[in-house]
Amino acid sequence: MTPITPYHYLLLSAALFTTGLIGVLVRRNVIVVLMSIELMLNAVNLNLAAFSYQWHHAVGQVFAIFVIAIAAAEAAVGLGIILAFFRNKETLNIDDMDIMKW
Amino acid sequence: MVHDYVVPLLKILVLLNAVLVSVTFMTLLERKVIAWVQVRLGPMRVGPHGALQPIADAIKLLLKEDITPARADRMVFTLAPIVAMVPALIAFAVLPFDREANFFGYRASLVIADLNVGLLYIVSIASIGVYGIILAGYASNSKFPLLAGLRASAQLISYEIAITMMLVSIVVMSGTLSLVGIIDAQYNARVWYVFVQPVAFVILFIGGLAETNRAPFDLPEAEQELTGGFHTEYSGMRFALFFLAEYANMIVVSGVATTLFFGGWLRPFPNLAALALLGIVPGWIWFVLKTFVFLYLFIWIRATLPRYRYDQLMRLGWKVLIPLGIANLVVTAVLKVLF
Amino acid sequence: MLEPVVFYTLAALILGFGMLVVTARNTVHGVLFLVANFLCLAMVYVTLAAEFLAIIQVLVYAGGIVVLYLFVVMLVNLRRLPQGAPDRRRQTRLGIVVAATLLAEIAAILVYSSGQPAGAVAAAAAAGPARGNTEVVGMLLYTDYLVPFEVASMLLLVAMVGAILLARRDA
Repeated sequence: MTPITPYHYLLLSAALFTTGLIGVLVRRNVIVVLMSIELMLNAVNLNLAAFSYQWHHAVGQVFAIFVIAIAAAEAAVGLGIILAFFRNKETLNIDDMDIMKW
Repeated sequence: MVHDYVVPLLKILVLLNAVLVSVTFMTLLERKVIAWVQVRLGPMRVGPHGALQPIADAIKLLLKEDITPARADRMVFTLAPIVAMVPALIAFAVLPFDREANFFGYRASLVIADLNVGLLYIVSIASIGVYGIILAGYASNSKFPLLAGLRASAQLISYEIAITMMLVSIVVMSGTLSLVGIIDAQYNARVWYVFVQPVAFVILFIGGLAETNRAPFDLPEAEQELTGGFHTEYSGMRFALFFLAEYANMIVVSGVATTLFFGGWLRPFPNLAALALLGIVPGWIWFVLKTFVFLYLFIWIRATLPRYRYDQLMRLGWKVLIPLGIANLVVTAVLKVLF
Repeated sequence: MLEPVVFYTLAALILGFGMLVVTARNTVHGVLFLVANFLCLAMVYVTLAAEFLAIIQVLVYAGGIVVLYLFVVMLVNLRRLPQGAPDRRRQTRLGIVVAATLLAEIAAILVYSSGQPAGAVAAAAAAGPARGNTEVVGMLLYTDYLVPFEVASMLLLVAMVGAILLARRDA
């Protein structure tokens, strides 16, 4: 087998990102959409970690940690919005989230 | 080859078996101690003074019918006990029992993996352990387990923050995240950290009680209000797995408390030459003894204290322990910079 | 010899769990696949000598964020609602086409750049040994990236206040 190069990691990351993108575009359940966004963020983190390994510099990991912090903030606020939305409309279908005011 | 693969695998095998056996006999110890506290005899029939009771219990649980409720989520229902058990066991990988022990001339360290992020590893493994309980509550498709699962997850997440705050002050003291390094730091500082960080120790112990769902914080399995808690619908060996996981978690918490605050494998007063004859006792025996004291304390507390109410539990966690933990961290950091 | 085996196994697991997340009918199962995916990713970080990142991945992602998801899914699932999904076919086809285009684009870039000589990388590799440990990351975080670090902590505070406000019943 050929040795594992950074390109292998980048390809894996690209495939994972695409999987997440399909989830965001295809699924209508808003929780699944949020989870797919988490997949995409993780694909980005994988990229950063692979570059960090390749360049022997930890700055990639630092950025990955920032991404995780932002993902935590996004999940907290996003899930809060979903709960508030579900309480008002009794649905999780993202297509029903199309009015500015209730 | 032998050193890289065979020895670590042997260590894992021995440790796993030791943990499982001691977990089984913890159940006997618990019943006996509680019985003595309540001036009863406890189990007496199987073996001398009931010493073989755990084996009888294990055989009974293995032979029992394994029931899955009709409307349960089968996949998750099967997965939940495994998810509860595995984190409890893999946490043992970083517990330092001794730096080195002599086995018939072969010197081997009694740590399976001395990670440079060992302390964080334990915290993260503990945070994975929540899943077993939540999933058991969800998959049973029954209201009491669900309530217990939600209670448990809220409780674990709240107390994790306090515990992590406390661990950070220990890391500030020792300057390392490796558990072996923390014990070395205590050796070099000539003092067990429990005397330097008493507040942190109390928070760790209270938090540990809450993390393992032990009395007085055993709300997820409060039998008077929730019938049996999150494992109401479980029977046979799956039920036993939840039980074993709880006891294994107790051992992990005791072991971590021993490592962080009581010098791990160090004998008492390691710097006093007058007590050098205590050095005859191998380090891992000190570790096991100290851990055992904590396990006894767990049982003692269960036999003594009444259960907290849920709002009291949350108030204690968020309004007392977390602010105390943060204050302790700030004071520790300031003192560390000043001196 | 061991490295490719580990990598391909983990890659297969990551992609498999990722697809299961996207396709799962039952949202709770989807959340579980997400946890499995994140744990496998943490193992990849370990092979990339980023131990601290791996631990943070498990601690924050698998142990924190996904528990939050599970919580919300269970709260919402309590009332069994019909999972209506109208206009499925057109959107699905369109979504897959867009995603495939993106994947092709990324792959093309990768193939193109893999043809370039990797001289600069080799030079950097000789500069110093990589230490993916906590100290290096911590030093970077608290010196060069102190301002972003503080901004991130403010962001988390704001998110916390916002989440409490949004989830309050009598908002």
